[in-house]
Amino acid sequence: MPTVLILGATSDIGFAIARKFASEKYNVQLAARNTNSLQPFQSDIQIRYGVQCSLHSFNALDFNAHLSFYNSLVPKPDITVYVIGYLNDNEMVISDWEESLRTINTNYTGAVSILNIIAADYAAHKAGTIVGISSVAGNRGRQSNYIYGSAKSAFTSYLSGLRNKLYHDKVHVMTVLPGFVYTKMTEHLKLPPLLTASPEGVAEAIYNGVRTKRDVLYVKWFWKWIMLIITTIPESIFKKKKL
Amino acid sequence: MMKKFIANWGNFPVMESEEKSFSFSEQIKDSLNQTDSIIARGNGRCYGDASLEKYTLSTLKYDKILFFDVEQGIFECQSGITLDKILEVIVPKGWFLPVTPGTKYITVGGAVASDVHGKNHHVDGSFSAHVLEMDVLLSTGETLTCSTNQYPDLFWATCGGMGLTGIITRVKFDLKKIETSYIRQKQIKAENLEEVLRLFDENQHYTYSVAWIDCLKKGKNFGRSILMLGEHAGLQDLDAKQRMEPLKVPSKKQISFPFNLPSFVLNQYTVKAFNFLFYGKNFKKEINNVVSYEPFFYPLDAVLHWNRGYGKKGFLQYQFVLPLESKQGLIEILHRISNAGMGSFLAVLKVFGEQNDLISFPKKGYTLALDFPVRNNLFPFLDELDKIVMQYNGRLYLSKDARMKADVFWKSYENANKFQEIIKKYNPGFRINSIQARRLHITQ
Repeated sequence: MPTVLILGATSDIGFAIARKFASEKYNVQLAARNTNSLQPFQSDIQIRYGVQCSLHSFNALDFNAHLSFYNSLVPKPDITVYVIGYLNDNEMVISDWEESLRTINTNYTGAVSILNIIAADYAAHKAGTIVGISSVAGNRGRQSNYIYGSAKSAFTSYLSGLRNKLYHDKVHVMTVLPGFVYTKMTEHLKLPPLLTASPEGVAEAIYNGVRTKRDVLYVKWFWKWIMLIITTIPESIFKKKKL
Repeated sequence: MMKKFIANWGNFPVMESEEKSFSFSEQIKDSLNQTDSIIARGNGRCYGDASLEKYTLSTLKYDKILFFDVEQGIFECQSGITLDKILEVIVPKGWFLPVTPGTKYITVGGAVASDVHGKNHHVDGSFSAHVLEMDVLLSTGETLTCSTNQYPDLFWATCGGMGLTGIITRVKFDLKKIETSYIRQKQIKAENLEEVLRLFDENQHYTYSVAWIDCLKKGKNFGRSILMLGEHAGLQDLDAKQRMEPLKVPSKKQISFPFNLPSFVLNQYTVKAFNFLFYGKNFKKEINNVVSYEPFFYPLDAVLHWNRGYGKKGFLQYQFVLPLESKQGLIEILHRISNAGMGSFLAVLKVFGEQNDLISFPKKGYTLALDFPVRNNLFPFLDELDKIVMQYNGRLYLSKDARMKADVFWKSYENANKFQEIIKKYNPGFRINSIQARRLHITQ
């Protein structure tokens, strides 16, 4: 049975992905900061889907521990999904350097740190799949969330470069741009239903994307066109918009 | 913060509420701290206003299975999981829900809070009879594990207590052993009410029994019905094809009601036509067959959003129970309904077995449930029915109710005072509250 590693398993999207892969008979490795609170998730996956599920403590910001984290995984996962993300109010983030750093490191530096390690292992074995959940916020910087957006932008670029490099090593790298998703993180926002996916919808799309080896995946297809329009607006006009 | 308009299954009443969710129990405490008045809400399948409040706490993400003893048939889960998901896990292992209502789209928390009953009430009681223990998170932030031995007052006030004691977070209950996922079904046509009541009596030994009754018929066919009886089928009851996979979970084939029907579609004539077809589809006096559990227990689940058939104004479901000796009351109410021509597709009739809990709805006697589309003259009409129900020592089901007057509740639920005392003890200041509880003067 193949194994999938979920980095950021406590999030709504992370756990939905775990359930989807488990329902397709993957063993699941759930990684999050606090593994105690993950015990119900573990029993749920084992009982519902009859697959193995293990819990692993992982902190995206504890870069020095990433190598030993990966070395401790038995077996090594066939698929790695980086779901970890951190979004806070932009005004708050820019006024507090610790928050800026936390936003950048959680969304970008932490991902680079762990995925460098995993990518090297996959390349050496000429097999594996890496899925990174980035964001359409990274397609163009906007005043309302440009710290988060720039970190996601960097992550998207990283995944693109990684895909290019690992293509020759038969390793599949997929960038996921979910658009709006109904999660705890967005529960206070009024989201347009047509543009908003459910965590289960994201999980379904990711599973299918992995199977069909997609490169860049927009969960709801019209986001691709929305972002195309947004990115083609000339900067001289864009800078005047309140976005 | 985002507010949205929500309603339960009857689409009446509709109210603006701010919904909060949680995946971890610690997050419940945050929500409690941020709100002055909140009620837990599962899948919104109660009909009336029970799980509506200014703030609602959605349990749907709190849906993990914690433990399943395949040998002993013990199941433990968080409260937001729905029964359809549980069936997918337990049926292939040879187990079934000990009690199930007519829809599988309710949460376990809702099953406890409404203390739901099923077609086997006369044999197996209601859901609470199978609860071994549960966790209730109080408005103080403290979590108490309760059972018939531990904090029994909290336990009994939570079973059928409409979520007013606290947030039900974890439930452990026992399951029913099955050899196959099929039901050996018998349907008997009854010409009138007398006959169907006699048939209920004669067929008491059946585990499952319920009748669909045509409320609009008058004269000698007054109360004509189809009595449906069932037993879990054994291997020997299955045909060769069914035997290939005796514990099969039926695949999900659903059609959805895409929009609200205009209110004028439902009237005396269309309802009569529907009932004629429903009754007429059984040509023979008696039908015996083996069917999957799905059509037997959940015929309406095949149509998602069937509640939209009642139009935008919504509908009320009226369910009462009358003691066995009050057959006259049942006849009187059915006459009123038939004469008023208020139009219910079908009414569901069932004979309850013995039950004497603190605040649960069932008690020994006849229970009848019917739907009424919301119309101007409906409310005074139902108030009239309430009087008959009270006169015959009956009561109404809180999970269906959206309109009864407070005094009806206080007069018909004999333990209402004790119930209220326990709520005051565990939920001081009524930080956990619902518009139903206020309407019925339970929390004021």
